[in-house]
Amino acid sequence: MSKNEDYSELEALARRGRWLAISTVAQSGAGHVGGPFSAMDLLIALYFRVMKVDPQQPGWPERDRFILSKGHSSIGLYTVMALRGFLPVEELKTFDKGNSRLQGHPDLTKLPGLDASTGSLGQGLSVGLGMALGARLGGRKFHTFVMIGDGELQEGMAWEALHIAPRYKLGNLTCILDWNGLQQFGWVLAMNEVHRGDRRDPWSGIDLRGIFERLGWRCLEINGHDYSQILPALEGVKAAGDSDQPTLIIAHTVKGKGVHFTEGKHEWHSKVATKEELKVIARELGIEKEATV
Amino acid sequence: MKAMRDVWGDTLVELGQANPKLVVLDADLANSTKADKFAKAHPERFLQMGIAEQNFVGAAVGLASVGFIPWLSTFTVFLTHRAADPIRMLVGQTHANVKLGASYAGLLTGLTGKTHQDVEDLAIMRAMPGMTVLAPVDEPECRAAMHWATEYHGPVYLRLARDVCPEVFDGGYQFTLGKTYPLKEGKDVLLVSTGPQSARCKEAAGLLEGQGVSAGVLHVPTIKPVNVQQLVEACAAYPLVIAVEEHNVLGGLGGLVAEVLSEHAPRKVLRFGMEDRWGESAPNEFLLDLFELSAGRLSQRVKKVVEAAR
Repeated sequence: MSKNEDYSELEALARRGRWLAISTVAQSGAGHVGGPFSAMDLLIALYFRVMKVDPQQPGWPERDRFILSKGHSSIGLYTVMALRGFLPVEELKTFDKGNSRLQGHPDLTKLPGLDASTGSLGQGLSVGLGMALGARLGGRKFHTFVMIGDGELQEGMAWEALHIAPRYKLGNLTCILDWNGLQQFGWVLAMNEVHRGDRRDPWSGIDLRGIFERLGWRCLEINGHDYSQILPALEGVKAAGDSDQPTLIIAHTVKGKGVHFTEGKHEWHSKVATKEELKVIARELGIEKEATV
Repeated sequence: MKAMRDVWGDTLVELGQANPKLVVLDADLANSTKADKFAKAHPERFLQMGIAEQNFVGAAVGLASVGFIPWLSTFTVFLTHRAADPIRMLVGQTHANVKLGASYAGLLTGLTGKTHQDVEDLAIMRAMPGMTVLAPVDEPECRAAMHWATEYHGPVYLRLARDVCPEVFDGGYQFTLGKTYPLKEGKDVLLVSTGPQSARCKEAAGLLEGQGVSAGVLHVPTIKPVNVQQLVEACAAYPLVIAVEEHNVLGGLGGLVAEVLSEHAPRKVLRFGMEDRWGESAPNEFLLDLFELSAGRLSQRVKKVVEAAR
């Protein structure tokens, strides 16, 4: 992958994804923004470049699997799946409205193409571990990707999976840590304390990479908003699916990435944008035409 | 007679021979639960998941999603309590094809005491939408239920005892989901029970026979979904109905019987079991006497109730 490659198509998709996510949440009156925005570039890369999936056959047995363990970022996943053709973009309007395939937290019994029901934090990596283990036992070649959040990493169950996966030498399992440094409420900053966001980064000062590596994971660190880093990392782990080590990609991200006033603000974890804010957001994301419809 | 944990281990081996997709996940208790028999027979399909029950539930869901039939094996309490949320969200909500082998259920957990005595599991598991809940009484029924659960596509919770369970069925036993099984006919009182407690009820009914009390016994191996009509009809023939269970009296079998009868044939139902109390570590006989579940103590309690009603 050349550093000079043109990523404008992916960047445009990500801008559109962010717009669809925040405008959908606005018209539903509830939902999450900060997490979907921090994960958006990674999701676009996975669904448009990296994963072997077929929107026409969402249950294709040999597809790569993806689990959004940080299930509250569902609207981010739905928008990317809609852009990729798993569902009509129009259907995003049904989000959270009742009788919808687009539940507040992903429900695999409702929307084909979802590989897990998530929303109770800390659970997704275990399911992914089972899928990867099943692929190995069954001699199958698909790759399993699981996205977790740094807030979610406070759940004990996540650490159960983190110490078990390397024991089974699952090179066909990749965990992506969307490390945006903020959670719903978190810990307030002390006087004069400066972190990336307006609250303490929950893992600040802790050598997560060192911990993961000593547990047996192969670790990569990337800027989770830079396709010149995202694509080589994700494509590389897929190519190394036969290896004997699962991979943990630490993606450094910004909560609320993409709009100046949502970035680094914990309140945008689940805030609903006003009409005035939507106008600014549309302008910043370059979606003015769609926004006026 | 074999201990139920040996029946569990032997049947896993047998099922594993017949079905190459069957895998067993252990949470480091295989030599207690006897799932180690499967580990010996089918080492490539025995998955040691360590002392991490939440993760092993999630891993089973992943394995099931790609076509395996995972049997989880650990102590009941670490499933229904420690891993309640993963079971609820990952197994229950998605109707995953995961089988929950809950060993050491109830009071009789081999001198381990309150931590290990799960007397709330039936209440928890039957409240979970879509979950099938089975509690076999003896070896023939345990084997048959395991065969049935392996064939069935969907989540099954299997409540298993640790020790020897006196047989009430013979080798020709057929398991039918939901069916209730009369173990003894009577006239004065019907003891409705589940799991190995049904055998103790049958023994108690035998003791009562010599004391002028004619007690019937109805065994309910399917806590959910139970055959409502059979349960209602079986109870209708008796002036007195008592649910007896090795479980808290809240929400388990007693709850089930009371709910069904109040809706379909309203009447008084007595619930015998642990009356909102914790257990303790002690020999089985001590515990069964303490909670009036042994044949002797149960027969005395039933006799008092029947005589008071006369």
